[in-house]
Amino acid sequence: MRLVAERLGVDRGGRMVLRGVSFSVTAGEALIVLGPNGAGKSTLLRALAGLVAAAEGRVEFENGDPDAPREDALHLLGHQDGVKAGLSVRRNLAAARDILGGEGDLDAALGRVGLGHAAELPGSVLSAGQRRRLALARLLAAPRPVWLLDEPTAALDVAGQDLLGELMSEHRARGGLIVAATHLELKLEDARRLELQPLTMEAEED
Amino acid sequence: MQRNRHVPWLQTLPPMTSPIAALLLRDLALARGGGAGLGLVFFLLVVTLTPFAVGPDLALLERIGPAILWLGALLATLLGLDRLMQADHEDGSLDLIHLAPAPLELMVGAKILAHWLTTGLPLVAATPLFGAMLGVAPAATLKVALALLIGTPAIACLGAIGAALTVGLRKGGLLAPVMILPLAIPVLIFGVAASDPAGDGFGPMGVLAGLALGYAALGPFAAAAALRLLRD
Repeated sequence: MRLVAERLGVDRGGRMVLRGVSFSVTAGEALIVLGPNGAGKSTLLRALAGLVAAAEGRVEFENGDPDAPREDALHLLGHQDGVKAGLSVRRNLAAARDILGGEGDLDAALGRVGLGHAAELPGSVLSAGQRRRLALARLLAAPRPVWLLDEPTAALDVAGQDLLGELMSEHRARGGLIVAATHLELKLEDARRLELQPLTMEAEED
Repeated sequence: MQRNRHVPWLQTLPPMTSPIAALLLRDLALARGGGAGLGLVFFLLVVTLTPFAVGPDLALLERIGPAILWLGALLATLLGLDRLMQADHEDGSLDLIHLAPAPLELMVGAKILAHWLTTGLPLVAATPLFGAMLGVAPAATLKVALALLIGTPAIACLGAIGAALTVGLRKGGLLAPVMILPLAIPVLIFGVAASDPAGDGFGPMGVLAGLALGYAALGPFAAAAALRLLRD
């Protein structure tokens, strides 16, 4: 499995946010997307996920199932954690897993991210860090080969960041691939780096 | 991993853990947690206040009763619309729905069905009681209930289109109902005509059913297209 972006450009509301982004990530590899605020890191991940249309260039999954839509093979962990306040932690994870078509064990996933004791609590009482851990549990309950992580360490404590590091290395050892956007250091060994710069007006006119 | 990917949906019924069933059950559970009763209470308010506004004229109330029931039901159905897609957009669940291994149209259809089951169906069930409060004869209220049973799904489908079109707007709360109201007017006209206790009702009921089928066929596709277009 290989994720390839070629001269990718994304237009948002008539303004180019990304232009000429090229890279490829193969199974077991990780790519860290760096850049200041507004450089288009989140937009890049959403374009890779197919949630935002590419204005130029292309994104492709090579050696994947050619019949399967790209959306079926990836996880996108965005800024919002997708946690419903009115449902219990367990029910939240069950709904997300089933919507994503996964079959993983709920309690094992919750235990792994340190929410085993909170399974029956309503989503409304979770702290920001716990909500993020619940979002991480989705990655385990519905295994998919590509993880697109947007600021995955946001709101996580030190133990949580260690946990994230472990989950990411296990995922890579299983042959998964990761693209993570961040402006902090991530616990990812020998990851490749992609620096994004905000497009200025002059660059747009080139 | 993606068990259902190659299963043609029309040939086999999805198992209960399919993405579509999961979304339906999630939305039903969320509605049980709160919000589902709002439309019903609004409907009750309209029906309770009407006799005070019109005056204690039973003959008049009985004559305008079906129209009042329809107005109340229409407005009550529109009431919860702004949350239909907006809630999922705000907490990021809409991304999950986009990434589900199922057609977005069917996922939207599941949301519409859940919305109707929790807002439209209770209105239909309450209509015989509320009709009695307006002095409408039992046979006539049953006719109104039947017309609402056919008409409210049409309004829910229209509402989903409005909700999908306003999904990114921070203060789009009332925009969706206002946008779809013109399209709901035919449903109201034929719904009230079909509820007329004096008329034979079959003709208008047929047109109402045709409208409902048309909107049911259009709703999920138009709403899914709007969500695709507006996702950011």
